[in-house]
Amino acid sequence: MKTESLIRALAADAARPVVALGPLMLAALGAGAAGSLDLFAGLLQPRPDFAASLHAFDFWTKHTVVILLAGSATVALRAVIRPLPRPPALRWLWLAPLLLAAGVLGELFTEPASAWGSLLVGHAALHCLGLIPLLSAPPALCLMLALRHAAPARPGLAGAVAGLAAGGFGACLYALSCREDSPLFVAAWYSLAVGAVTSVCYFAGRRWLRW
Amino acid sequence: MMKGLVRQLLRAPLPRRYGTARVTKAAPRTMDAVTIVDTPNHEWHWTMLMEQSLDGDCAAYGRLLSALTPALRRTVKSRANAAGLEAEDVVQEVLLALHLKRNTWVRGTPVAPWVAAIARNKIVDAWRRRGRRIEVSLDSVADTLGHEEEHSDGASHDIERGLATLTERQRDVLLAVSLQGFTAQEAALRLRMSEVSVRVTLHRALKSLATLFRKGPHED
Repeated sequence: MKTESLIRALAADAARPVVALGPLMLAALGAGAAGSLDLFAGLLQPRPDFAASLHAFDFWTKHTVVILLAGSATVALRAVIRPLPRPPALRWLWLAPLLLAAGVLGELFTEPASAWGSLLVGHAALHCLGLIPLLSAPPALCLMLALRHAAPARPGLAGAVAGLAAGGFGACLYALSCREDSPLFVAAWYSLAVGAVTSVCYFAGRRWLRW
Repeated sequence: MMKGLVRQLLRAPLPRRYGTARVTKAAPRTMDAVTIVDTPNHEWHWTMLMEQSLDGDCAAYGRLLSALTPALRRTVKSRANAAGLEAEDVVQEVLLALHLKRNTWVRGTPVAPWVAAIARNKIVDAWRRRGRRIEVSLDSVADTLGHEEEHSDGASHDIERGLATLTERQRDVLLAVSLQGFTAQEAALRLRMSEVSVRVTLHRALKSLATLFRKGPHED
């Protein structure tokens, strides 16, 4: 077929309205968040000592870390969904890990070495490992479906960032019901859970987001 | 001097946050393989045409694609030949991809870097596919040799092969619009379909051609 013939066909198809990428991603985020909130309402409740822990420093560290993670990954999504990459937006992703690392260091200095083990393992490690991926699943699914309309320069990276955003959101919700505030616990188990979501989405991205 | 001023004026309406500086800043690192070279005046013109296309102006879109094609051909030619691929196949694949992904262009930004990014992606794809093709079939090589003359006038046979995989209806619609140059309305009359279903069928046909390209013509 001649290229000019193809161009005629493409031009004829241009009357179809295009799916605007920005609103689509926002809609996916909204739908995913609604799904997660639904799951949260059905399965969990806010920790009973929520009001009592409001004055604890570690409580705020934990929530700041997960909110920063979800926020920075969501913002970073903008940079990776188009064929022309805009890498600078990825630098904010360091914020959450840096804050968490600072929290861990602070804890290592203030707590005796004998307490580290029990802080690290906590009481709810498996609970956390199972529930964060579950709560992340709706936004992860919605974002990946929306990303099928995008054209990421690096499909794997786009999948991973979507997974990080979804995992961050799942962690935000889970943190509301989780009684473990130790940065050591968060660094070990939250990271593992979010990391699992991120790697699944990375491979899914490589497989399904090519265009 | 005068020309420079005109250029400045033409550029002024570009939204600040989408200024060209930002795109070109990333260019050397990410676009080393592919560049679509054009003057700022062209760029502005292309941006305008692309804006109109996204608003549904088919004529503007056709003009834009026709204007982009020679630049694309130049860019693709040497690389495709080095890879043992038909340049026109790759050009058509890029056109198809940028059509289906035209929603990823940011309004108001230069068109050329965006096209270059898509072209680069598709050339890499074509390279990968060639790795598969080499061990897959001798026929396709013979095929390629046999069609050499046809290619010099801007035709390709990857799409021809793709046509065979479409449903009959998709093929009819696609050929009516492309080869025979009918509008969707005229094609609808001739094929006794509604105009809406002609449009839907055409879109599906283009999408499945793109999928086929991506997977490689010899992969099942």
